[in-house]
Amino acid sequence: MNVKHFLIAVLCVLAGPLFAQGFAGLGTDADGFSTPTRGTELTFPEDHGAHPDYRIEWWYVTANLKGEDGKDYGVQWTLFRSALEPQTKDGWQDPQIWMGHAALTTPTRHFVAERFARGGVGQAGVTATPFAAWIDEWQLAGPEIGSVNMSAQGTDFAYELSMTADGPLVFQGDEGYSVKSASGQASYYYSQPFYRVEGTLFLPEGPVKVTGSAWLDREWSSQPLSDNQTGWDWFSLSFETGEKMMGFRLRQTDGAYYTSGTWIAPDGTPSPFGDGVFKAVPQGTARVKDKDVPVEWRLTLPDRELDVAVKALNPNAWMDTAFPYWEGPVMISGSHKGRGYLEMTGYD
Amino acid sequence: MIRPTLQALMSHWRAQPLQCLTLILGLALATALFSGVQAINSEARSAYAQAADAVSGPGAVLERADGAPIEQAQFISLRRAGWMVSPVIEGRTRISGTQIRLIGIDPLTAPQGSRAGQAALSQEDGTGFLSGGTLFAAPNTAAGLPDAQNIRAIEGLAPGLVFADIGVAQEMLKRPGEFDRLLLADEQPLNRPQLAEIAPELQLRTGGTEGDLARLTDSFHLNLTAFGLLSFAVGLFIVHATIGLAFEQRRAMFRTLRALGVPARLLVTVLLAELGIFAVTAGLIGTGLGYLIAAALLPDVAATLTGLYGANVDGSLTFRANWWLTGMAIAILGTAVASTNSLQKLARLPVLAPAKPRAWVMASDKTALLQAGLALALLALAALGVIFGRGVVAGFATLGALMIGAAFALPMILRLCVGLAARVAKNVKPQWFWADTRQQIPGLSLALMALLLALATNIGVGTMVSSFRLTFTGWLDQRLASELYLRASDAEQAAELQTWLAPRTDAILPLINTEIEILGRPAEVFGIADHPTYRDNWPLLERLPDVWDRVATGQAILINEQLSIREGLRTGDTLTLGPDWQAEIAGVYSDYGNPRIQILLNTDAMDARFPDLTALQFALRVPPDQTQPLMDALNEKFDLGPDAVIDQASIKAFSLEVFERTFTVSAALNILTLSVAGFAILTSLLTLSAMRLPQLAPVWALGMTHATLARLELLRAVLLAAMTLIAAVPLGLALAWVLLNVINVEAFGWRLPMYLFPTAWLILAVAALGAAVLASLWPAWRLYRTPPAHLLKVFVNER
Repeated sequence: MNVKHFLIAVLCVLAGPLFAQGFAGLGTDADGFSTPTRGTELTFPEDHGAHPDYRIEWWYVTANLKGEDGKDYGVQWTLFRSALEPQTKDGWQDPQIWMGHAALTTPTRHFVAERFARGGVGQAGVTATPFAAWIDEWQLAGPEIGSVNMSAQGTDFAYELSMTADGPLVFQGDEGYSVKSASGQASYYYSQPFYRVEGTLFLPEGPVKVTGSAWLDREWSSQPLSDNQTGWDWFSLSFETGEKMMGFRLRQTDGAYYTSGTWIAPDGTPSPFGDGVFKAVPQGTARVKDKDVPVEWRLTLPDRELDVAVKALNPNAWMDTAFPYWEGPVMISGSHKGRGYLEMTGYD
Repeated sequence: MIRPTLQALMSHWRAQPLQCLTLILGLALATALFSGVQAINSEARSAYAQAADAVSGPGAVLERADGAPIEQAQFISLRRAGWMVSPVIEGRTRISGTQIRLIGIDPLTAPQGSRAGQAALSQEDGTGFLSGGTLFAAPNTAAGLPDAQNIRAIEGLAPGLVFADIGVAQEMLKRPGEFDRLLLADEQPLNRPQLAEIAPELQLRTGGTEGDLARLTDSFHLNLTAFGLLSFAVGLFIVHATIGLAFEQRRAMFRTLRALGVPARLLVTVLLAELGIFAVTAGLIGTGLGYLIAAALLPDVAATLTGLYGANVDGSLTFRANWWLTGMAIAILGTAVASTNSLQKLARLPVLAPAKPRAWVMASDKTALLQAGLALALLALAALGVIFGRGVVAGFATLGALMIGAAFALPMILRLCVGLAARVAKNVKPQWFWADTRQQIPGLSLALMALLLALATNIGVGTMVSSFRLTFTGWLDQRLASELYLRASDAEQAAELQTWLAPRTDAILPLINTEIEILGRPAEVFGIADHPTYRDNWPLLERLPDVWDRVATGQAILINEQLSIREGLRTGDTLTLGPDWQAEIAGVYSDYGNPRIQILLNTDAMDARFPDLTALQFALRVPPDQTQPLMDALNEKFDLGPDAVIDQASIKAFSLEVFERTFTVSAALNILTLSVAGFAILTSLLTLSAMRLPQLAPVWALGMTHATLARLELLRAVLLAAMTLIAAVPLGLALAWVLLNVINVEAFGWRLPMYLFPTAWLILAVAALGAAVLASLWPAWRLYRTPPAHLLKVFVNER
């Protein structure tokens, strides 16, 4: 329980009252952390690296895979960075804390592993050129971000995947400035949803060769949620048409929602849509770890004539980590068909 | 039917409130001593577990084989190869002038169960630990450092340690980039390379150093447990006697109840319920008392453990539900054991059998024979144990066999003595007295056995402690020959001190030490200079002719008695100390109070073997009258801590204090056991006196007065106690011999000469006889005050 509290505080993913100081409006908050400002142009490859002056940041990969055995699989690889102070220092004094989550989902099982590390000593970190993100032996590294190897393991599973991007980076929101609440909380957010993947999963039953697609999300900010937000439901969907969509629904204490997202054309051209356009309605829940988690959804986006049912490949994809949440592969049916990933926080 | 039956049975206790009290008190005392000892043991064990958890974790550890520090880069390589390890650094330093043991941990990688790791990541406690330099310590430890600003008290941490973040600790210990060991998490990922591929210098060790601590202290706790069990056994004697009495006295009532139609089964059930109530009441009182005993003794135990083994145990007691339940269970189990006999008899009682109140007292000859056989078998077992036994547990088993065997032999011996006396007696009165005494022995035998055990333990433990003290003080005088002992905080200060001291002292003897592994065990290595201080004084038990010349060459070493006994090494043997290091054993020295094995070698040889070591400790030879001025000057000139300079007298005083405290607990338990035994005699005599009226009445009718009868009763008790005392002396000495030559050797690795202390026996004799007189005074007085009508009734009333 204690560990969890700490992490909630540190990661402030659901921070609420703990970091309720709001925006100072000058690009820094009360503790000296930078805050995102609209109109800032992202520069690469530098922005693939870490931004220690922001409170939180992540490198988030989800992959929908098909095995030689014909089964569907999902893989997650995430590196979180969380800063106690807006700076880096050498050695153990470094206030940058790193956390890694890895998961492998099969139709019947869900494997999870978690790692913690401190920056400054080399146990975890991210470099922009050549691109490498790592914690312990887990890594997401390549010569550059368009061509990376991704590996992670736990006590009972492992995966080694190589990923090649077939399309451009996609900026979410307003050129990478993604608003997260009606009161203006925002983050920098871009994606690479065009990875082609091949590699091997190591399961207790033995290795399985897989191919498929992966989606990288990069996001950093100092306060992504406002006080009255309790959690989110976030979708990354790849349709058979080659189109893709990212959409999220932020749940508020008053029962209302803030929704946002981006429609991505097959060539990578993003069309962001604002609050209220995208609708996500739970259709069915599953009892996971004594919690009712909505694992079946109806998603609509009238602009694109989207009306689909989204269903978890494995409803038990609970991330039983120090900071628990639900994350797993989903299958799409209805007006559009395809596969994707769903992340739900705040149900614990 | 249950209610009236229960009411009828309970009416007995209303009539006999004293008996009721005795039963409860006896059981409570037994439970109290047993559970008190258990509480002490579990407190100490949990402290070891906490320490183990804090320092090296319960699991495996990676260390460098040569004991050198681990480089930070190596930790990173291991993590990046998939080895789930967490760094630990450990050392002594000062916080606002107080010497502390500092443990540096990395909360982010610390194994799951690490209390400090958890606290560091918790929102309430963790603030500032990771990046603010906040330190953690157990509440008592933190309270001992009132001047420290940034220390936070955390419940559940191992006492005596201060925790810091790994980086903070490296800085405080001035050891940047270094670790002492890496803790290996229980769960490791699926694929990882062999250790040899990444860090060939590191080796895996399962079970931390505190495992050693648990092993070392095991014998100490076994010792306490043995005492607890002994007291419990003695307490059960009381309970057995009281329950027997209560059943005997109610025989008539049982018969009436059965005749009125109460089934035997119901009667037994109701009696069981009654006993259950007693057991629970006594258990509640007993565990309460046990807690008080433990709380009172724990500070001494803690001091002993710290002094003897360097184990940190908090002086305060934690209440554990587990412990309490065990105590209650023991009380109930004890009642069950003590009452089985009586209940069995009752269940088999024919409905209208004439009550035979004497049946219980008149233990048949068959029982006596059985006891004698058992006694012989146990004593034979004890003899075999002395000859063939190995290990502490075997030692205690031998001890147990000896004590119980002797206890069983006691009634036989007493009967023989009394029989002999009866044959010698000429007059009717003495003849009756001896005959009457003889037939009382079965009834009193349990109480007398308890007395024998208590007395023998007293003599045995007393002899051991006094022998040890005598040897120990002599040994301290030899061992601590230098006038001053000095510790520098670092190499730089050590060099400064040496330069400054050179013209002011007769000799500066550096003391270098390190740890190596000898025959698979961790061992201490000390370097000592070739100097008359050692040549003239060092307490050698065995030696080659020119022992010091041999050691001076660096080719030969001295080993402590512990190593000699454990590995069967003698002078002249050759000991392998490393791959290319063998040395002749030139002598064996006594090393009391040290739980570890140790070797001594010449300083120059030490320098050659361990070039990285610098002497930080020194023994100084100065004229005795210069000691105090030099100490003052040292403290004035150098920034030394409060304990950095110690004179010989202080060390001796401290060592003796540790020694005395070690045995405070034994002494306290000893006295308690003796009082319990005294109580056992009282209850047995009360039991007998009530039943003996039918035997005394005829004697009274024949003309012997009340007063004479009472005097004879008193005399009998004293005589029996005296005989038991005489039997207890050889038994106690046998016990002392086993303690000194078997238990001590197995548990601590040293053998001690045995000295006899007859004055102590005399004091004990007075105490024992006094207890017997006190215990029999009341029954005798009751007899004296018995109205003649009461005695006459014996003839009227057939019962």
